[in-house]
Amino acid sequence: MHFADGQAPGDYLDYIHRKVLWLTGGLVILLILLVYSVSIGAVAIPLSDVFLTLIGQNVSHRWDAIIWNIRLPQALTAVAAGCGLAVAGVAMQSILRNPLGSPFTLGLSNAGAFGAAFSVIVLGTGTMQSRVADAITINNPYITTVMAFLFSLLATAVILLISRVRGASPEVMVLSGVALSSLFTAGTMFLQYFSSDAQLAAVVFWTFGDVGRANWPELTFMSLIVAAATVFFVANRWNYNAIDAGDETAKGLGVNVERVRLVGMVAAALVSAVIVAFLGVIGFVGLVCPHMVRRVIGDDQRYLIPGSCLMGGILLLASDTVARVIVAPYVLPVAVLTAFMGAPVFIYLLLRGYRR
Amino acid sequence: MTLSIQDLTFFYRNQEVLHEIAFSIGKCEIVAILGPNGVGKTTLLKCLNRILRPRDGVVYLDGQELFRLDGAEIARNIGYVPQRIETGRLTAFDAVLLGRKPHIGWDLTDKDLKMVDAVFRRLAMDHLRLAYIDEMSGGELQKVAIARALVQEPRILLLDEPTSNLDLKNQVAILSTIARVVREHGISAVMTMHDINHAIRYADRFIFLKNGRIYAHGGPETISSKTIEEVYGLPVIIGKLGGVTCVVPESCPVPTGA
Repeated sequence: MHFADGQAPGDYLDYIHRKVLWLTGGLVILLILLVYSVSIGAVAIPLSDVFLTLIGQNVSHRWDAIIWNIRLPQALTAVAAGCGLAVAGVAMQSILRNPLGSPFTLGLSNAGAFGAAFSVIVLGTGTMQSRVADAITINNPYITTVMAFLFSLLATAVILLISRVRGASPEVMVLSGVALSSLFTAGTMFLQYFSSDAQLAAVVFWTFGDVGRANWPELTFMSLIVAAATVFFVANRWNYNAIDAGDETAKGLGVNVERVRLVGMVAAALVSAVIVAFLGVIGFVGLVCPHMVRRVIGDDQRYLIPGSCLMGGILLLASDTVARVIVAPYVLPVAVLTAFMGAPVFIYLLLRGYRR
Repeated sequence: MTLSIQDLTFFYRNQEVLHEIAFSIGKCEIVAILGPNGVGKTTLLKCLNRILRPRDGVVYLDGQELFRLDGAEIARNIGYVPQRIETGRLTAFDAVLLGRKPHIGWDLTDKDLKMVDAVFRRLAMDHLRLAYIDEMSGGELQKVAIARALVQEPRILLLDEPTSNLDLKNQVAILSTIARVVREHGISAVMTMHDINHAIRYADRFIFLKNGRIYAHGGPETISSKTIEEVYGLPVIIGKLGGVTCVVPESCPVPTGA
């Protein structure tokens, strides 16, 4: 078949160009927000000094210590976690053909919380150390993290196993995720009911997702996983576009729908599990960021995946920045703020509809 | 390009849906698959490009066994237009561009964009390029789906009831487009159809399915009131209207007393 008379149409190229501009704008906003976030806090650091310190100039030892040891790792953790949760959310929404797909909806977060509760209450890994609540210490954070991770993966494995038996249909995956989520929530409540005050406090504290928990090695590990997952999802953008067009269309285009669905789920679950294990439960970002981006640049996965990734980073970093200063000198866990910040924006976008 | 189907048998769970189906499709041919609801027309169509895997039988694509090819290779040869089209916040151009998927490596090339543009012109849907498919009418969506299959550069088009949900004008427009593309580009098309009159006008050959088997198969001579009555269980009259062969039900019982 030959169609030799075609031209790459100018109006379409302009349309694509506008999407690329949106993404570039998002990246610029994220970078500016990063510098701003590092500059504010209990001690205000001038933006110029932040910038100079970040590019390796030695402005002052005090600034060096605050920026490199405290604020930058926390800000970068917010960016990495936000990107990871949002990119996992957008992939799950496509794979599951369900707008409610997210690490939280599929029970991964609640499974992680159960793992942490199990570790604190049954294994006695204890009470968590906190900058704002001195009474709470978790004397073995590594086991708590590992248990949270293992239970998140266990939830994924169960969902995949059910999908294996019943066929990898989106309905089966979503519904088994919802069932597991309730199951793990009930399990956590059961454990909490029989725990001591200190243990209960530690468990509740753990479930408040907080990006201030990660140190440089953890941040590096998390960033690598998030980056690898993002590259994987971007590489699959045409597969997800095809699945969005319907399973039959996708199969007619040569996509192995079941395999793309299973492998995508594993990747999304892995990145979510790592974030939940290190930081606790951070809802909303994975669910809502993709929808925010959809309203602005549409459903084309070529732009939706990188756009959601940036939006996740922006939302979580902005939330964390506000969380650090809103009731200073106290620092709120970011999870408290994400919904406060994101829900009004999201409702506004829902009411306004799509951008033309 | 020929597609040859031999002894194709398909089971859904433990129930036999298709039994030893055999036929072949030649170049520039339009084949209509006809039969009552639930007889397995769509299932047969889906077996032809491995959306469904039959339990038995072989499909040869120019002498090569279809089931040994990988998915992208099949998609480069066979385009599929499903009955139901999912929409999303995509422009028609992007939706059609997806049809280049089997040809795309890491990213698009200029050729992909030119091909999509050419198909938009060929189907006279230039004005729809930047329209969002979630705001389109059924007829426009059907055109998008056909355009998507065409940019695959297939040598065989499979269409599952391409005119369901369309008004009369759009039915004729879509079928004429398919017929024109088949002739102009020397490809073939297999369509499942409910409207026998449309099939008579646009198809070269007819396959009547009954109880999962081929009941009758051949050219225009296959269309007889006996065949149609036995396949659909409804007596019909076949006549000429304005020089065109038409099939109408023999009697239309109308409930009285309403």
